[in-house]
Amino acid sequence: MEHDKNAVLAVRNVSMNFGGLRALSDVDLEVRKSEVVALIGPNGAGKTTFFNCITGIYTPTDGDVVAVLRDGKEKRINGMRTNHVCELGMARTFQNIRLFPSMTALENVMIGRHCRTKQGVLGAILRWPKAKREEQEVVDRSYQLLKKVGLESVANEYARNLPYGAQRRLEIARALATEPFLLLLDEPAAGMNPQETLELKEMVIRIREEFQVSVLLIEHDMKMVMSLSDRIYVMEYGRVISTGTPAEVSADPQVIRAYLGEESDA
Amino acid sequence: MAAEKLAANLKKSAIAALWLAFLTLPIIVIRVDTVEQTVTWRWMHLAYMLVGSFVLAVIWHFMMDRRDRGAAIRAADGGDAESALSRFVNNPRVTKPLMALGFLVAAAFPWVFSMYQTNILISALIYVVLGLGLNITVGLAGLLDLGYVAFYAVGAYAYALLNFHFHLGFWTVLPLAAILGSFFGILLGFPVLRLRGDYLAIVTLGFGQIVKLVLENWNSFSFGPSGISNISRPSFFGIPYSVEQATTYIYYIMLGLVLLAIVITARLKDSRIGRAWLALREDEIACQAMGIDNTKAKLLAFSLGATLAAVMGAVFAAKTTFINPASFTFMESAMILAIVVLGGMGSVLGVILGAFLLILLPEYMRAFSEYRMLIFGATMIVVMVFRPQGIIKARRKVYKINTEAA
Repeated sequence: MEHDKNAVLAVRNVSMNFGGLRALSDVDLEVRKSEVVALIGPNGAGKTTFFNCITGIYTPTDGDVVAVLRDGKEKRINGMRTNHVCELGMARTFQNIRLFPSMTALENVMIGRHCRTKQGVLGAILRWPKAKREEQEVVDRSYQLLKKVGLESVANEYARNLPYGAQRRLEIARALATEPFLLLLDEPAAGMNPQETLELKEMVIRIREEFQVSVLLIEHDMKMVMSLSDRIYVMEYGRVISTGTPAEVSADPQVIRAYLGEESDA
Repeated sequence: MAAEKLAANLKKSAIAALWLAFLTLPIIVIRVDTVEQTVTWRWMHLAYMLVGSFVLAVIWHFMMDRRDRGAAIRAADGGDAESALSRFVNNPRVTKPLMALGFLVAAAFPWVFSMYQTNILISALIYVVLGLGLNITVGLAGLLDLGYVAFYAVGAYAYALLNFHFHLGFWTVLPLAAILGSFFGILLGFPVLRLRGDYLAIVTLGFGQIVKLVLENWNSFSFGPSGISNISRPSFFGIPYSVEQATTYIYYIMLGLVLLAIVITARLKDSRIGRAWLALREDEIACQAMGIDNTKAKLLAFSLGATLAAVMGAVFAAKTTFINPASFTFMESAMILAIVVLGGMGSVLGVILGAFLLILLPEYMRAFSEYRMLIFGATMIVVMVFRPQGIIKARRKVYKINTEAA
């Protein structure tokens, strides 16, 4: 399939129908190496549906979703099970936080390590040296990740007791634990105050540098989107209506119309 | 404030007592003798009812108040304050000597007490392992299984039938029963992979009933309701022994199996697999999105739980030397589930305590055997109201972090 040589995710003509409802029609999207790409649009434009289509929660009715793995291999991932998509290296967060509330912050991150470790039933019961070593590695590595998002002091707190902003960051740490090449963030700044949003933005930039990861995010906070993204896709009614750099997109009359509405007697 | 509360409490209790006395009046006060054609009015009974229900109601309201106050304090504390008992048993300085003592008592038991007592303890130990097995499925993975007794039956019939037809010994069948159990666990697991909550409970309930009905009606295979008798006891290097010695022997086998089950479940709980189960219980979608294979995790939980049950089935058959389908009713499944819930879901120690409470209390309270189910039900209600987490709350492991690494 044709795509940019630096692409890590190439989506072509993806459509999604729910019965007679067309939630996505012919969506094209590309994310390149180490890029932050934002997907914006009014409520109900199909952004989260798109996320669900590329992470295997939904199977698109039409089109191709192709991931380019770290070793350069291409893989068509439509309809692949969610856990396999994650194993390939595409990890996501959720719009409404989905942590494991009665597990500690550390354990939440440790879950992310699951698909990168192997210890089985026998290893768990007999605790032979290899299993022990792997377990300690998981703990240490997860703790380092917590440190990266500034949550090391609450490592042993239950996830449900963390403040909202911390829960959002924990979700990102958990996703990073799966060693992704593409991080998918679904409204990471929702419900955050301006200060927290600013910190989140800085964190995303830092993570991109440090983990060499591409980021695709859905976001409503325009200030954050405009200053953070390399490229932006704008969706409305299940279609991509505009794409380009933040400057290009914000000057596009179609985008302005979608966001501000059309004056009927203009 | 306190006086006001007390007054309200007394008033509510008085109303409750009066209402109950009124409701039960025809049953407990009036006695009609149709032979002598007399009517006796037993007014004293009314007084007992009034006083009794009033006292109980006062205690109930007092406890509820206390609980609500406690909840308010806990909420301010982040909702994770542990009960004194949980703290006590989770303190390693207490647990270590307690465990040593428990082990000594357990090891000496058959030499100190009678065979009758040993037999009772064996059945309690069987339920400990059953509870631990179900704890994997229900407590850790959060898959409500109401047909757990089916796996117990699989193990028991596996031993009984293999012994009857092929004269296979206990030690040969034990691993076979384990394999058969895990196979049946997966067999049940496959069709219910997509189900959760209530739906899962109903399907597993059906599975339990199917197994029981098959055993009852497939006469040529399982000898129907009359069951199988003369099952051999475990052999001890081919040396013959008396019934009394057999009891002691089985007791030690059980003790070993209990220790094994404790080690297995406790270690699994704190392992990569145990964490995956917890994540599955907490949020299935997020769990799968984080790269955990839900199918594998669920099947593993079902089959490991079933394995323990099947092994216990074989021990049960060897202990009683007679089995029939009546031993594998839904009541058993409910009992094992009650052990897990009462003890504390996910807590190994809790399940052990729960098993001892629910199995030993009815044994030693034979005098009240008529009220057994009544007491049982009341206990369950009281525990669920005041301790919804079970007697001992499951506690998450605190991991040792190697900060120098990385």
